[in-house]
Amino acid sequence: MNAFSNWDIIRNLLLAVPWTLALSAIAFIGGSVLAVTMLVLRLWKPATLGRAVHWYVQLFQGTPLLMQLFLTYFGLALFGVDTTPLAAATVCLILYACAYLTETWHGCVISIPPGQWEASASLALNLREQLVHVIFPQTFRMAVPPTVGLLVQIIKNSSLASVVGFVELTRAGQMIANVTYAPFLVYGLVSLIYFAICFPCSLLGRRLERRTRIQY
Amino acid sequence: MLEFSDVLAAWPLFLDGLAFTVFLTLVSCTLGTLLGIACAGARLHGGPITRGIVACYVEFFRNTPFLAQIFFIFFGLPSVGVKLDSTSAALLSLTLNLGAYACEIVRAGIEATPHGQIEAAESLALSPWQIFSRVVVPPALGRIWPGLTSQLVIMMLASALCSQISTAELSYVANFIAGKTFRNFESYIVVTIIYLALAIALRALLAWLGPRFIFGRLPAGALK
Repeated sequence: MNAFSNWDIIRNLLLAVPWTLALSAIAFIGGSVLAVTMLVLRLWKPATLGRAVHWYVQLFQGTPLLMQLFLTYFGLALFGVDTTPLAAATVCLILYACAYLTETWHGCVISIPPGQWEASASLALNLREQLVHVIFPQTFRMAVPPTVGLLVQIIKNSSLASVVGFVELTRAGQMIANVTYAPFLVYGLVSLIYFAICFPCSLLGRRLERRTRIQY
Repeated sequence: MLEFSDVLAAWPLFLDGLAFTVFLTLVSCTLGTLLGIACAGARLHGGPITRGIVACYVEFFRNTPFLAQIFFIFFGLPSVGVKLDSTSAALLSLTLNLGAYACEIVRAGIEATPHGQIEAAESLALSPWQIFSRVVVPPALGRIWPGLTSQLVIMMLASALCSQISTAELSYVANFIAGKTFRNFESYIVVTIIYLALAIALRALLAWLGPRFIFGRLPAGALK
């Protein structure tokens, strides 16, 4: 009978951490690219595309991520795409992150005073130039603290990828707990590792919020 | 290609799961909000040790995934003697998680209380507890009601994760039906639609409930 030392447990949990970070990074970056696209579409044609984006956001914010993951995993397989757990988890988390990011950034954009839009329009800037030179530089500063908060949320929600079989930190914890019969230690360590990843990001977000609270 | 007949034939099971999800949501949201208000009060008016303990609790539960928390409470605690059945573990995790988020949300509302309100209450010889429960908390809840509503909807959606510790709520029923009929996609679509309807209904319920029963401010022209 093999006895597993505490170091074995910690070492194997830490081996799974890069997968959590990689999944979170892919979801955040992919979600950001998609979110910027949706934001621009929403600003370009608010009546049609804007409403479609609104319904997309309501759908992803009003349903559990667990169900979204299952639908992506089985749905992709239904339509013939060969789905690995990583592919399903990545696609689903990108769509999920995009919904929250685009809603947050849209909120930041609509809090820009209308005078900015009017002044830039009166200088004959088209929409692309308005966004690039006038709106987004101001929005960027305002949007950083909530975006850091969303990053923490994405890192925490990457733990759900374990239910479709993707081996990241939570799934590794489940497997190790089943083998070592030490669930208290293993799940406690899993929680502490997630805390060690997320807490510095939360503190960073709070510090950025304090710094960007300057009114101008 | 998509066949809903097998899945829809099991509608009583979906109703059972829906009832259990509603039960989990109602109990955990009520207890979690009360816990959050208590923690916010402790954080603002307590001594340094109390504030430290509450801060540790809040930071821990806000910076760890809900799934890890559920697994720790259901699988980990029996090792130290605290054996919970799946319903109790689900309720405990949901309440503790919501308490941490609600503490921060309610604290923001309480800190925005105009100081004149508290001065007026003190000049009327109200005790600190009366000031907190009658003068500070109801308007604070009114201030942060949209944020708290969003958090309660998030908790209702997070209750789907309790299926992972075999609590017989809606997602568990979805997995069960999917396993029985091999109609995974259809089963999950039905349940997703039910969750979406639940989220909309919960939002509407809280928007109706808040001004009438919690912070006593009727919208202009509304009938009671």
